[in-house]
Amino acid sequence: MTPIFFLLFAAVAVFSALMVVLQRNPVASALYLVLSFCSLAGLYVLLHAPFLAAVQVIVYAGAIMVLFLFVIMLLNLRKDVEAGVHRTARQLFGWLLGLVLAAQLYLLLRAPWGLGPQGQEPAEAVQAVGNTQAIGLRLYTDYLLPFEVTSIVLLVAIVGAVVLSLRQGKHEGIEEAP
Amino acid sequence: MLDHLYLIPLLPLVGLLVNLALGARLGNRGVGLVGCAAIGAAFVVTALDLAALARLPEAARHVTQTAWTWMQAGGFRADVAFLLDPLSAVMCLVVTFVGFLIHVYSVGYMHGDSGYRRYFIALNLFTFSMLTLVLADNFVLMFVGWEGVGLCSYLLIGHWFERHSAAHAARKAFVVNRIGDFGFLLGIFLLATSLGTVNFHEVFAAAPERWAVGGALATATALLLFLGATGKSAQIPLYVWLPDAMEGPTPVSALIHAATMVTAGVYMVARCHALFELAPAALVTVAVIGAATALFAATIGLVQRDIKRVLAYSTVSQLGYMFLACGVGAYSAGIFHLATHAFFKALLFLGAGSVIHALSGEQDLRRMGGLKGRLPWTHGTMLIACLAIAGIPPFAGFFSKDAILAAAFAGPLRWLYYVGLLTAGLTAFYMFRLLYLTFYGGSRVTEEAEHHLHESPPAMVVPLAVLAVGSALVGLLGIPLLPGADRFGDFLKPVFADLGHLRELAAAAAAGHASATAAVGHAAAAGAHGAAAPGAHHASVGLEVALMAVSVAAGLVGIFVARRLYLLEPGVAQRLAERFQRAYRTLLDKYYVDELYGALVVRPLERLSGWLWRVFDVRVIDGAVDGTGGLVVLGGTILRLFQNGYVGTYAFFLVLGVVILFVSLGGAR
Amino acid sequence: MSWVLGDSVPMTAYITLSAVLFLLGVVGVLVRRNAIIIFMSIELMLNAANLALVTFASFLNQTAGQVFVFFVMAVAAAEVAVGLAIIVNVFRARQTVYVDEVNLLKG
Repeated sequence: MTPIFFLLFAAVAVFSALMVVLQRNPVASALYLVLSFCSLAGLYVLLHAPFLAAVQVIVYAGAIMVLFLFVIMLLNLRKDVEAGVHRTARQLFGWLLGLVLAAQLYLLLRAPWGLGPQGQEPAEAVQAVGNTQAIGLRLYTDYLLPFEVTSIVLLVAIVGAVVLSLRQGKHEGIEEAP
Repeated sequence: MLDHLYLIPLLPLVGLLVNLALGARLGNRGVGLVGCAAIGAAFVVTALDLAALARLPEAARHVTQTAWTWMQAGGFRADVAFLLDPLSAVMCLVVTFVGFLIHVYSVGYMHGDSGYRRYFIALNLFTFSMLTLVLADNFVLMFVGWEGVGLCSYLLIGHWFERHSAAHAARKAFVVNRIGDFGFLLGIFLLATSLGTVNFHEVFAAAPERWAVGGALATATALLLFLGATGKSAQIPLYVWLPDAMEGPTPVSALIHAATMVTAGVYMVARCHALFELAPAALVTVAVIGAATALFAATIGLVQRDIKRVLAYSTVSQLGYMFLACGVGAYSAGIFHLATHAFFKALLFLGAGSVIHALSGEQDLRRMGGLKGRLPWTHGTMLIACLAIAGIPPFAGFFSKDAILAAAFAGPLRWLYYVGLLTAGLTAFYMFRLLYLTFYGGSRVTEEAEHHLHESPPAMVVPLAVLAVGSALVGLLGIPLLPGADRFGDFLKPVFADLGHLRELAAAAAAGHASATAAVGHAAAAGAHGAAAPGAHHASVGLEVALMAVSVAAGLVGIFVARRLYLLEPGVAQRLAERFQRAYRTLLDKYYVDELYGALVVRPLERLSGWLWRVFDVRVIDGAVDGTGGLVVLGGTILRLFQNGYVGTYAFFLVLGVVILFVSLGGAR
Repeated sequence: MSWVLGDSVPMTAYITLSAVLFLLGVVGVLVRRNAIIIFMSIELMLNAANLALVTFASFLNQTAGQVFVFFVMAVAAAEVAVGLAIIVNVFRARQTVYVDEVNLLKG
């Protein structure tokens, strides 16, 4: 059964990613991206990472994409006009480079994988405590420092976002970005 | 004391360092004291060393002391090492004794000068360099001293550098000297490459073995060394700096341009006599140039109006005598004349200084006269000096000049003797012209000079007196003919002991060639010098006495003619000058040699330098440097084109970089 | 592709999917001119990387990969906040979100 679900989620993910890139309307792109994230969440579940699947939906689809949509609507963006400087060159070289990269990745990845040593947490042990707890255990012991640093990063991001969106001087209108 | 040879040059060095470091605090009196004390101490050490040397048996009078190893590369070696033998001992004695007197004199003469401290430092530095030059036991160290005295000459000639003429003269001296130094250096290079050593002892032992007599190598080396000597000792063609060097303070002229620095060339030729004997052509060149210069300079000195210029040309002329002596193989006679000349020429300069000082700076002979009574000491001592230089016995100049003339007479080219004789007469003439114009007759002194007219202070007069005693008595060290009376020549004998052997070699080589001149020259020289050795005089005693009489007569003739023209009938000189105006002007304008050099050498060089500056330096070199900068700017301008401000372009290049990276990584895989 | 009928999905499939998603993100960045869309493409790339990480965590039996993804998500969130603030500022100054209309930093 698993392969079927995998193919399903994979197809949806690829299709919606393609739409994100090709759609003219930014709102449409955003929504397709949400779809892509959700299918990725499904894939995470298939990979025995239910916690991350949940976090994916909550954080990415639920917060980040909402932020995107707020900004799109704040700026009142209409359909993209595909004109502008270097339009032909951009399209041509962009796809070309993408294809080259694709070829390279294919060549790199088709060689047999020699998987390294198996990790220290066999599936059964993880099942015993549950995925979330397993992550928690690792997070608050071995990766405590990155954890603390990440919290500071978030603080900086908050401060930065606030500062950047403050109006200088006596302009009127909206004071903060949402 | 012989263990501490290094003290001799070291003491003046210490003196100058003390003055350099503490001079401001010591004040002028202290500076003068330190400067004089340093040289005085060096003199004491020299005297002690000389005495110690004399006590050694003749063959052993050859002491070396190595201070430290300076250069050593492969087989080549040049050390800071000192050699004391009779020749260098005599030179040191002259330098330190006369130097000391002149330092004392300077205390009085330079009193109140704003550059007092600078003066004494340079004077001490000079003495240090000169002593290094004289005591060196190898060519390289000697060259160091050689350059050092050149530098000090520049510093001291240009002591009053705010005067344009002084600065110019200093530069001229330095540059002309440099030309000579170039020749000297080339000579050293030839020696080093050919013989592999620059140590005197080794060179003079190896050269006769390895070099062909009269061959290209020997002749070239000797001539190059002699070129250096003409520069330093102001002979034709490089004498032009010496008269201009009179811009410096008079004690400087006395010390450097009369008694010591200019004698370095003579010392060098005497020291390298082995090399010169191996190159007969070079030796003849030395003699001819010496004689020619002697006569040439004497003729110019006849009509000069500046008291110091007369003395300058006199110095050039007397140096010519010394080279003449060396050129005919009478090296010890040349050194003897060097020593006596140091005394009376220093005395003459210091006396002139005294006169100038008394007249508040007047140097023109036409504005002097009648000073005999006002400056008794100056007059008395200068009279002795003039008698000495004119070759009147029993004063010093007579014995030394006579020795040279006798050697010239017996030498290969007889006409050199006649030139020397004529010069002797002219010398007596112009020196007494100077004496009469300065001290005798009616006073032509200006009003303002008259006001301050006074005899010089003791600091200046005492050295004059001491030098006068020397001028009177030093000659007695070299009395010819009487056995054992030539103390000077005997003392120097060990230095020139190899002359016999060298002359045999030369004669043998000459006999091998079909060269008539060389054969005759060397046979005669060998004969004459066999005669010059003590004990073998007898055959030519009569000749010697006759020659002595002739030279004294020449001197007396010169004195009497001068007396006639400048004392008894003052108008005659003027009328003669008008009658032979062209000749007079040529002499007065020094045969236009400076103008000739200016046109032939100086101005073309200046034009070349100007061209090199404008075209080469500015356009090529600066262009290259600026061009490199320009290239960088160009590179930047090109690279800037990539920065078009569009994020998309940057992202593109980013991904492109990743793709390329994958290529290289993928290759590994 | 024989695994389609089988029990499990081989790792290669997941990795290939991750590569394809990453590719689409790169193309999005290079081709589009709307800054917001570009930003979204970047998020797509980040997610592709997350997928690869989780894949390895799963197949190598360790949770370190998942912890890493956790961090990536946190940083991505921070980045989006700041990035969108910047885009809003640029819009205020230049009245445009198109990156090819903003070239003041042209050297």
